[in-house]
Amino acid sequence: MVAKKGDWVRIHKIILNVGERSPNIPEDTQSVPLEMWDKGFLINETASIGDQVDVETYIGRKVTGELIEINPFWDHDYGKAVPELLYIGRQARELLEEGEKHD
Amino acid sequence: MTKDRSLSAVMSRKLEIMKSSVGIDYDIFESGRIAFDYERMMKETGYSLQEIEEIQKETTVGNTPLYELRNITKLARKYAKPGKGARIFLKDEASNPSGSFKARRAATAVYHAQKLGYKGVIAATSGNYGAAVASQAAMRGLKCIIVQECYDSKGKGQPEIIEKARACEAYGAEVVQLSVGPELFYSFLLLLEETGFFNASLYTPFGIAGVETLGYEISMQFREKEGRDPDAVVVTNAGGGNLTGTARGLIKAGALDTTVIGASVSLSGLHMASDEQFNKKSFTTGHTGFGIPFATWPDRSDVPRSAARPLRYMDRYLTVNQGSVFYMTELLAQVEGLERGPAGNTALAVAFVLSQEMDEDQIVVVQETEYTGAGKHINPQLTFAKENGIKILKGNPANEVPGENIILPEDPGMLCVEELDIEKTKKSYIRNSIKNSEVETVNREDLDFLVADTKSNESFVRDALEELGVKVETEE
Repeated sequence: MVAKKGDWVRIHKIILNVGERSPNIPEDTQSVPLEMWDKGFLINETASIGDQVDVETYIGRKVTGELIEINPFWDHDYGKAVPELLYIGRQARELLEEGEKHD
Repeated sequence: MTKDRSLSAVMSRKLEIMKSSVGIDYDIFESGRIAFDYERMMKETGYSLQEIEEIQKETTVGNTPLYELRNITKLARKYAKPGKGARIFLKDEASNPSGSFKARRAATAVYHAQKLGYKGVIAATSGNYGAAVASQAAMRGLKCIIVQECYDSKGKGQPEIIEKARACEAYGAEVVQLSVGPELFYSFLLLLEETGFFNASLYTPFGIAGVETLGYEISMQFREKEGRDPDAVVVTNAGGGNLTGTARGLIKAGALDTTVIGASVSLSGLHMASDEQFNKKSFTTGHTGFGIPFATWPDRSDVPRSAARPLRYMDRYLTVNQGSVFYMTELLAQVEGLERGPAGNTALAVAFVLSQEMDEDQIVVVQETEYTGAGKHINPQLTFAKENGIKILKGNPANEVPGENIILPEDPGMLCVEELDIEKTKKSYIRNSIKNSEVETVNREDLDFLVADTKSNESFVRDALEELGVKVETEE
């Protein structure tokens, strides 16, 4: 896919490579790089996924990184069915119907 | 000349960057030892309660409704001894612009930034504070950058954090998302340096003063409704600002007999800076992974001296498991008709248990709720937990192992809390104070400061110091 100048895109960049990371963090975290994601309007005339590009962020900063997505969108949702939760309301309503008891 | 952008070089410029980005010279409050003049800092760099009320009114922050949770109270009484079961109330902070109490903190920080002539604001937060700052910045016409710790090294992110990124963008902010690690602070410093924007830290005096109106309002609302102050206020505790600000507001209202109780989700055993464990937790805030480190060393924050000092105000600190908070979130929707986000219900789960040990004519207040939406809701959060190998079980919540399972209480009577040994927490704080200030002896001023900062007394602090082998300088 090719993005044109002015397209809204998402970029990715390595901030700290393995070896540059803080020594005071767990080993599993030290063994992976510190990565960054940001979004902006493409400054380059055209670019393909994987290219190093410049973007102008929504507030107007210039940021460089690898083009990873064109017209990025959010796809988080309400999850899948969680049947484990279904007893809660029915049980509570039953308990409330029984009324208050101090015994 | 271009400045050195290496991790060590940027970290060594930390104080200089902080000073120009918050506009506070913290040095003037320092004694050069353990003690610093907290109240002077709050007074000289903060705002009076009346001024804050005015500032918050400009953007319609605060004056949130108070609900009595009659059905949840009834359920608590079913499991309480005769005569027990305090009335449970809820302060619906979700009705603030941006959907959480964080609007109070952001309102003052963004107002202050505008007053000082900053063109934009930056905040490092994966929580509701990001949306709050972005929303306030939109109202005041300032630019906004939110820096989030969002994804693990596989690019997987907590649905709750992703939703907050979306909300920030909705308010016109730039969202810089990072993978796991405390070096977020490094990126944050670089952004402050590059943009010259205001550091809308959660821990400045104006941020904390912004929460004082919450405590004050609680007292005023109860005096009007019930003719008296509540007996206990339960506060979800992470960085300590919510608790500090609320408690200070209660004190300013004269509600001196109201007990202030901290509540956190227990995530014991999970390391907060671990890439592998990042997505094993099902709460991204209000948990012990922030609550305990920030209580025992508040000055670990992104400003030299934190205005959030929870041990100064906390009477008790109770923890609850993840399953109980999800349970209460479902219960709140099902029997009270209020659908709210899970993280805000940590204090509610604690209040439900606490109510059962209090008298039935007493009042316990849960002082916040947060908005709910895609990602930030029990269904996606539990779906995400399952996808990360966490088992969702029904049973005794006391048996939950964070990172392995989430145990929903089998019935309301199974909800339980764990009381943290607050004296031990206070002693850890004293130990950290000695360690970080690198003093060998403690003087009168330090001693008084430690007493105030731990809400204790002189003999408690003297005993703690003796255990550490630290001498108190004899007075002339």
